[in-house]
Amino acid sequence: MTIDWAHFTPGSAFAGGLLIGLAAAWLILVEGRVLGAAGVLGGLLPPREGDWGWRAALVAGLVAAPLIARPLLHGSAPVIEAGATTLVAGGLLVGFGTRLGAGCTSGHGVCGLARLSPRSLAATVAFMAAGFLTVFLVRHGVG
Amino acid sequence: MKRVSPFLVGILFGMGLILSGMTDPRKVLAFLDLAGAWDPSLAFVMGGAIIPAFAGFRLAARRRASLCGEPFHLPRPSAVDARLIAGSLIFGVGWGLVGLCPGPAIADLGFLDGRAALFVVSMIIGMGLYRGLASLPAPPSVAEASLDG
Repeated sequence: MTIDWAHFTPGSAFAGGLLIGLAAAWLILVEGRVLGAAGVLGGLLPPREGDWGWRAALVAGLVAAPLIARPLLHGSAPVIEAGATTLVAGGLLVGFGTRLGAGCTSGHGVCGLARLSPRSLAATVAFMAAGFLTVFLVRHGVG
Repeated sequence: MKRVSPFLVGILFGMGLILSGMTDPRKVLAFLDLAGAWDPSLAFVMGGAIIPAFAGFRLAARRRASLCGEPFHLPRPSAVDARLIAGSLIFGVGWGLVGLCPGPAIADLGFLDGRAALFVVSMIIGMGLYRGLASLPAPPSVAEASLDG
């Protein structure tokens, strides 16, 4: 195993993680809701009376974040390298999989683990393993 | 007013995702590429996030209701089952193909990136496909399935 020290950013990764965790703590304590991106978005399909407002507001905040973060962080925009076919296939798999598995990186990987949920631990191990394996096959597989 | 707080949560969540590097697929794929030049940074995101989240859920467990008066909407404890594992594996494959999971993909819309938009539209269609399939035999657990997160 080779570690890419040149791109290793544990400080900003940890600090960003703290903000994500604070957002999760805020949402459960103030609103009584679990911060899971797939769950928040999925609950809007279709929107339900009395339930859609907080979801739509949270999604709007998420989309607004880059507008605030960009000048603050002096950061460049993310680069999505995948082509159209891969984006469509990946999007379908992520959308379908997170609903079938009832959670994503934030719902299971942050909130579920913070709640010490065995289901979320199993889910996190599963999606991490599948992610590692997929990247291995795409980048180092035969062909 | 009721929607200001969730909006601010979205901003805070998005700022965290951007600062941590989760919104950049190059960073995510470098983290998932154990056999290449491995960038372990994103392991620190989970570490950083779980600390305040753990505190938040512990505090919540001592209360009857949230600060806004809403009861806590938490998933009911249930067993690890095939759906959970199959869904998580499918999600992991998509995550590994593109390097985007749902939160960062939505945040990347704010960078006005057409590729992020294509991914998010596909993701929403994927969620709709699940809903369509799940509603066929009408299992009673569909609504609850959304609760884990």
